[in-house]
Amino acid sequence: MIRHLLTTEDMGREELEDLLQLADEFVAVLGRDIPKVPALRGATVSTVFFEPSTRTRLSFEKAAKALSADVMTFNPATSAATKGESLKDTVLTLRAMGADLLVVRHAAAGAPWQVAEWVDVPVVNGGDGAHQHPTQALLDALTLRQRFGKLDGLRIGIVGDIRHSRVARSDIFAFNSLGAAVTLVGPSTLMPGDLTGWPVTVVSDLDAALPELDVVYLLRIQLERGGATVFPSLPEYVRRFGINRERFARLHAEAVVMHPGPMNRGVEITPDVADDPRSLVLDQVRNGVAVRMAVLFRLLVDGEAAYG
Amino acid sequence: MAELAIKGGLVATPKGMLRLDIGIDRGQVSTLAENVDAESVIEAEGCWVGPGLVDLHAHLREPGFEWKEDITSAALAAAAGGFTALLAMPNTNPPVDTGHVARYVAERGNQTGMVEIRSAGCVTLGRQGLALAHLDDLIGAGVSWFTDDGDAVWDSGVLRQAMEYLAERGCILAQHAEDPGLARGGHLHEGAVSSRLGVAGLPAAAEELVVARDLALVRLTGCRYHVQHVSTAGSVEMIRQAKAEGLPVTAEVTPHHLAFDDEEVATLRTDFKMYPPLRSAADVNVLRRALVEGVIDAVATDHAPHAAHEREVPFEEAPRGVIGLETAAAAVNTFVSLEPETFFERLSERPAALAGFAEQGRPVMVGNAAHLVVFDPHAEWRPEVFRSKSDNSPFRGRLLRGRVKATIFSGRISHLADVAAAIRPGRGSSP
Repeated sequence: MIRHLLTTEDMGREELEDLLQLADEFVAVLGRDIPKVPALRGATVSTVFFEPSTRTRLSFEKAAKALSADVMTFNPATSAATKGESLKDTVLTLRAMGADLLVVRHAAAGAPWQVAEWVDVPVVNGGDGAHQHPTQALLDALTLRQRFGKLDGLRIGIVGDIRHSRVARSDIFAFNSLGAAVTLVGPSTLMPGDLTGWPVTVVSDLDAALPELDVVYLLRIQLERGGATVFPSLPEYVRRFGINRERFARLHAEAVVMHPGPMNRGVEITPDVADDPRSLVLDQVRNGVAVRMAVLFRLLVDGEAAYG
Repeated sequence: MAELAIKGGLVATPKGMLRLDIGIDRGQVSTLAENVDAESVIEAEGCWVGPGLVDLHAHLREPGFEWKEDITSAALAAAAGGFTALLAMPNTNPPVDTGHVARYVAERGNQTGMVEIRSAGCVTLGRQGLALAHLDDLIGAGVSWFTDDGDAVWDSGVLRQAMEYLAERGCILAQHAEDPGLARGGHLHEGAVSSRLGVAGLPAAAEELVVARDLALVRLTGCRYHVQHVSTAGSVEMIRQAKAEGLPVTAEVTPHHLAFDDEEVATLRTDFKMYPPLRSAADVNVLRRALVEGVIDAVATDHAPHAAHEREVPFEEAPRGVIGLETAAAAVNTFVSLEPETFFERLSERPAALAGFAEQGRPVMVGNAAHLVVFDPHAEWRPEVFRSKSDNSPFRGRLLRGRVKATIFSGRISHLADVAAAIRPGRGSSP
């Protein structure tokens, strides 16, 4: 059976910790003078991103190259997708060209699952709609493990647009499996309508919650969606949920701030907090490469899938 | 010696279900007796035999979308599902907003010789919701059922005008109840499943808001009003109250809304995408009870074929609708298990009366047109292959109980499930 990485919802602690442990080893590899190992020589990793991305796509490609794999980048803007070629025909084409693993990002939830049905190689979900983004959860967990040693007992507040966030949907289940307690903070219009089965508590008063948190995880306000119908104004959102110097001061001394990027400086986070030593934003980016190396390695080397 | 006999079944007669043989000659029921001899015989031991099924809600896709379905393939699918009459929805291309398109659809149906087809007409020109369609022209072409199905007639002023007009002409306004504002961007029922998937949902209120508004307009205009594919407990309750109030209100439910709840959509398989969406388990229970009690008058398939390549796309990009003609009877029998009398009332008699099929949905009696279905309520099967051009069925591969063994249209066999086993030469045939 071909293994895929599609969601954190069904990942147990063991599976998560295995990947994090392997990622630790790749962190060490990336610190060497020649940050490259020959593990995936001859394999081809294809990134199939139907949505814009800076860090996820580049991070997957960097991870593949650090494992000596070849990379095939699909770019919808300069591809036959502009001529109406379907997702299915696109991935079948990439597979026929020799892709041994596909990393798929799509605006529609569930698209990577469909791709996994259509091709006979491993598929990694690089983000589907507002549904899942499992490698983000892994890199966030790795970052917290480096900082705190473990996630057990950590009190993590995820702040902002939970409703439209695949990062939140992935982090919540991974953090919970690893022993952390997750609190969601945000306006009701940015909360999912029905949280049945979610291992979370929900609060709407950020200031009251801050002193009780070890981690404040800020989500990006998706300005491109047009906020007008979900909250009355951007200044109002900033006033109620933005992290600034005063709010940062309400955190205890060990607490940290995280953000999946790209940040809207001045909206969910002020520049001084974003650049504070207790902001782990760049650690997250750095760890993204190691985590994705671990995922590619597990799916292509240890999985039963053959390549070449 | 009849031309054709159906022997040994439990027959839906004006006196209830009786074990009788049916003789058929020249398109009519010619004999009803304990033992009828014929040139050909359909064995119906253990089966229900009653009026052919009548569907109030079928998208035949012709004219305009023949790669999904055409009237011939729809007729084959209908016959396989036990149907002898279909009410065709008017969202074709061109839409049925003038009489000649309605005539074309009905005429093409007659040419198949397998099923009687009437066309519904659009309420508004081009289904745009702005100006009334050519209603008199449509009525002249035999149309008595008006809907912009696929979309609600949303503008209350336009709807009131249509209702006033149709009330005077004795026609029915059938509504696809979906508030466009609340439904905007939605792809499945709004609830725990949509929240988990991060996909925008259609709340139950999107339907209930329209039903509530429309009932106020029924009180204002007196128009006969029909709720299409009702899907929520709240709508059922309003329909129940409207009927108690004496308003001329009826409703239909689809087999898939009786069978499945929104948990089925968690896998985002496009064969589960339809509007209204599959609702909560609590809604499904209310729908089942309402069908048994008659608060919901009829089962209607909302047969909506889409080609394979159109559905091999992400859920949010997939077209709405699933096929239903070939599985409707089995699905209802599996998930609701009606008494045979109620079964024929909800799937044949009532829809025939509502849609104005004069010769359909009549109890089996001598002299009536022989539009009949032989339904085995115990046979188990898994639908895998379909006569429809499309196979977007949520029931594909599911174990269903109850199977259409034979369908008779105008005295001729339009479908036999298992030709070798089902029919044998009668005693009168020469070797």
